[in-house]
Amino acid sequence: MNPQEVRTSVVEIIADIALDEDTSNLKDDVSLRDQLDLDSMDFLDIVMELKKRHKIEVPQEDFPRLATLGSCVEYLTPKFIH
Amino acid sequence: MVQKYDCLIIGAGMSGLAAGIRLGMFGKKVCILEKHTIPGGLNSYYKRKSYLLDVGLHALTNFSAKGERKGPLPKIFRQLRIPYDKFRLSEQIESKIIFPEHQLTFTNNIERLISEIHQSFPHETDGFIKLIEMIKTYDALSLNDGYLSAKQVVGEFIKDPILKEMLFTAPLIYGSAWENDMDFSQFVIMFESLYLEGLSRPFGGVRTIISSLEEKLNSHNVDIRYRSGVKRIITEGVKAVGVELLNGEILKSENILSSAGLPETMNLVEGIAPEFKTGGLSFTESILIFKDKPKSFEAESTLIFYNNDKVYKYQRPDTLVDFSSAVVCFPNNFEKDDLKEGMIRITNIANFKKWDMLDRKTYLAEKENVYQKAVGLIKKLYPKFDQEILYKDVFTPKTVKKFTGHFDGAVYGSTEKRKDGTTPFKNLYICGTDQGFLGIVGSMLSGISMANLHVLMGDK
Repeated sequence: MNPQEVRTSVVEIIADIALDEDTSNLKDDVSLRDQLDLDSMDFLDIVMELKKRHKIEVPQEDFPRLATLGSCVEYLTPKFIH
Repeated sequence: MVQKYDCLIIGAGMSGLAAGIRLGMFGKKVCILEKHTIPGGLNSYYKRKSYLLDVGLHALTNFSAKGERKGPLPKIFRQLRIPYDKFRLSEQIESKIIFPEHQLTFTNNIERLISEIHQSFPHETDGFIKLIEMIKTYDALSLNDGYLSAKQVVGEFIKDPILKEMLFTAPLIYGSAWENDMDFSQFVIMFESLYLEGLSRPFGGVRTIISSLEEKLNSHNVDIRYRSGVKRIITEGVKAVGVELLNGEILKSENILSSAGLPETMNLVEGIAPEFKTGGLSFTESILIFKDKPKSFEAESTLIFYNNDKVYKYQRPDTLVDFSSAVVCFPNNFEKDDLKEGMIRITNIANFKKWDMLDRKTYLAEKENVYQKAVGLIKKLYPKFDQEILYKDVFTPKTVKKFTGHFDGAVYGSTEKRKDGTTPFKNLYICGTDQGFLGIVGSMLSGISMANLHVLMGDK
């Protein structure tokens, strides 16, 4: 998967978690916490969905790397390729 | 062959259903075991003579408008992945706290209550505003606080004893397992959910919530087994390994989440003498259905917290029922009225043991007495009330016991809570009322939090 596709997969997950939000205009460099008020419970869901849908494991110490869409793509792209 | 699950959930009440959704969502093999034939537990529903009736829920607390992201309700919608519009929430009109010489009205806008307090108790306005500010910054969801008396903390802000009693009526009767006082963190949860966030009604009442949860469970292939009461929880050393059902069937599981209550759950573990405190508070509820809407006899409020004394006695009465206080609920009186007929529900504090001792004939006569007292209260509050009653029913503490399974029909469970959900057994956890989050929103949040913490995260 290329970075754009990785971004799309992450946005799909976020859209499924935050059903009432418009996820079409998310900014890549602003934290998801600030853009959508996602809390630790929601980040746990993102991590579990990555595992469920893409068999990607994110260890707890790496949770901060999911802070923005940009950092998600940067961190996850190598894992998707693997 | 013995079935083996990732998690067994005891009880298909709000917390068990919510926990089941979370676990099913992430591929866990889950089975919810329910003693009754329908889900909901304390918050349930039934149909008689074509009338649809709700049990438990008067109003949904923690209202938040569409698009709001903070607060427990948006959190539940996100965690369960239910769209906001599914519940079709309709806000309360206004609710009143009525004492002999004082009356306060509150709405979903806290400014109204502040101005009411300013009018009736002008010296208390500043204290009340400071109390609100303190509550807003208090971390009530911390999972490891000890007991702190809410009356003591609130007393530092509110000096007038009558105002203090008035402010405590709704938080106590909508969630406290303790008599006359409650843990401050639980008071904070109730204060926010009732006064700061506010009340609403899902279109169609509690059915709408339960059917949304059932739909989700089905989509995640979670088994719910009705008429499946648990006879005992099977343990091996300090580990819970499964359950035996009343019909003798054995189910094995990695984890067990029990919403049966703390003393009730421990009582199910073989060889354990229950040593946990049983709560003493139970209720009666009278339901009246009649032709015209409450507006026709000038009843415009959503809820009335009525008390015929300067002190609010939230305690087990020495008699069958304490008629000196009541909650009167008008399910028609929300922004949108989804009911065909007029309906009133009246809740009184009652004594389970007294009810339990009655023989059948006296039991029925006492039920009729509760109903007559309820009608009397409505006529006192609304002299124009003169409706032909189409249907009536009265629940007693025995009904509460039947639906919740709680010892002594204790509506809000034990006075011992387990905020982190743990028990003396490694993989046996408590969710629901005895975990300590209150109200219907609290119970769903409890199921979600405990499923996340002990089963989903424990997995990592």
